[in-house]
Amino acid sequence: MPESPTSQKRPRHLGAWVLIVAVIAVTVTAFGYVGGWLAPQRLTPKRLVDQFETNAGVHPGYRRNHAKGVCVAGYFESNGQAAPYSVAQVFAPGQRTPVVGRFAIPGSNPYAPDSSIPIRSMALRFALANGQQWRTGMNSMPVFPVATPQAFYAQLQAQQPDPATGKPDPQKVAAFFAAHPETAAFRAWAKTAKPSASFATESYWSLDAFVFTGPDGQRHAVRWQMVPQSASDDAAAPASDVDYLAADLHQRLAHGPLQWKLLVTLANPGDPTDDATKTWPADRQIIDAGTLVVDSEQAQDSGPCRDINYDPTVLPNGIAPSDDPLLPARSAAYADSYLRRTSEEAHLPGSARPSATTPPETQR
Amino acid sequence: MKNTTGLFALPARILHWLMAAMILAMLFIGVGMVASVSERHAWLLRIHKPLGIAILLLAVVRLAVRLRYPPPPLPADLPVLQKLAAHASHWLLYALMIAMPLVGWAMLSAGGYPVMLSDALRLPPIFPTSPTAFAILRHLHSWLAMLLFLTFLAHMAAALYHGLIRRDGVLASMVGRRRGA
Ligand code: HEM
Ligand code: HEM
Repeated sequence: MPESPTSQKRPRHLGAWVLIVAVIAVTVTAFGYVGGWLAPQRLTPKRLVDQFETNAGVHPGYRRNHAKGVCVAGYFESNGQAAPYSVAQVFAPGQRTPVVGRFAIPGSNPYAPDSSIPIRSMALRFALANGQQWRTGMNSMPVFPVATPQAFYAQLQAQQPDPATGKPDPQKVAAFFAAHPETAAFRAWAKTAKPSASFATESYWSLDAFVFTGPDGQRHAVRWQMVPQSASDDAAAPASDVDYLAADLHQRLAHGPLQWKLLVTLANPGDPTDDATKTWPADRQIIDAGTLVVDSEQAQDSGPCRDINYDPTVLPNGIAPSDDPLLPARSAAYADSYLRRTSEEAHLPGSARPSATTPPETQR
Repeated sequence: MKNTTGLFALPARILHWLMAAMILAMLFIGVGMVASVSERHAWLLRIHKPLGIAILLLAVVRLAVRLRYPPPPLPADLPVLQKLAAHASHWLLYALMIAMPLVGWAMLSAGGYPVMLSDALRLPPIFPTSPTAFAILRHLHSWLAMLLFLTFLAHMAAALYHGLIRRDGVLASMVGRRRGA
């Protein structure tokens, strides 16, 4: 058998060649389909992040959403009351966990005026003593406008500025809201919401649900909220200043640390964990888990929060993602945004460069 | 020690087919998870990291097995260029199956992520945190994965060529059938 007639072309070999080519073609096609190259209609992290860039332009080095912000640092002091519900070390009684955080406003333009949107955000990275981490990104509103990444993408598309006016087309926005009744609760909130004059007076909600696992192995669906200990002064924001939030934070921290209470809400069976547009009933059990203390701030272009991706699925043992479809989408999109901005920081070939027309760094 | 059986040793054959399945799965899992925003992204990533580290450990065992049990020689009548290509591609595959997990581990370290293999099992960082290093390693992970996929395609095509067209016992030596049997 080894004396095979390699030089002779027989139909038998033709069949073998066809088989080999077919096996390769099937493998490549399957790879191309799984990798999304042959599935152009699939919503990918790249398409989501591209849409942010389409809406607001490319601002090299900045986050593709929540682009304007400031780094802060401090610690979380646990009072032990969440420990029966989650084995995460951060909740052990008396445990103090260092935190690197970031306050920001939503939107992809790092030069947007602070009054342009009534929402503020708080992102935190808890560095647990056992080397695990808890990362969370929270917004200052009780509900999210949409429940799925597909709806989020549709909303971004509807908000894409019209080249003629430089503003979103009101008809497209109205059509989006009409097609997405789940946005009603958010719209009701937004009607009365005013851009706050301070990061320090805002509550920040996890919005997405998570799952705690207690020492008894019991699983608990939860959401959490950071509640400010600084009184809301209702001071109107200085109209002349577009960067008043950072100035306010600077001034407050010069007088002492800022504090938030971490309140964890336990779901009842049947409460929706996969829908961030729905609040849970107000009578649910709430645990005061401890106090977040913010005692310093740093500019975001050089501070320690710059190179942190606040991926909400980076979680310690004792906290896990729920079935909320926004969570994997956030993880995937933040990773894509993070790779773009770190590539730009590293000046890798093919990554966007700061252009001569970009306004100078306006934040401290 | 020379291999006179015409076969790869049993441990080598087991490792080869087990790792072939694992590595091919990893390539599909990898490109699938970065192209998805659904729950697939989450659970594929949860498989990706421990499976990748398992490949790293098995690759080390496999190299030891290869040194202990030399493979059967290639057919004497194989053209020199093909022999060269065979050897080069085999060493490239070994290099990539070790480099891929190391780059994955290093890139997460450089990005400041905890390298979690499960809910509680965490590997120590093997690279200092640096956005530049993260970006380079993350791109390297993608490019080396593409190189690994292409090398695998060539490897599979060559194996089929040996098995279906040359019928020279090369494929049989890894499948476990003796030459001519
Ligand atoms: C599918 C829906 C969502 C998408 C596609 C999305 C996308 C993004 C992107 C691309 C970033 C920049 C990440 C980086 O470069 O580090 C970001 C930041 C952020 N997102 Fe989202 N997001 C979504 C939903 C949410 C939800 C539900 C919340 C609130 C609970 C949220 C809160 C935040 C916060 C606080 C930041 C800023 C983190 C920081 O300061 O670094 N996002 N988002
Ligand atoms: C044989 C081993 C491995 C193979 C073949 C492999 C393959 C891949 C592939 C094909 C991708 C997609 C690249 C792209 O197109 O962007 C990927 C992404 C990734 N891999 Fe691996 N990988 C391996 C090992 C590892 C290990 C050991 C880790 C970590 C411990 C790891 C972590 C990751 C992460 C975090 C991503 C990207 C996630 C994201 O950016 O969203 N990989 N890998």
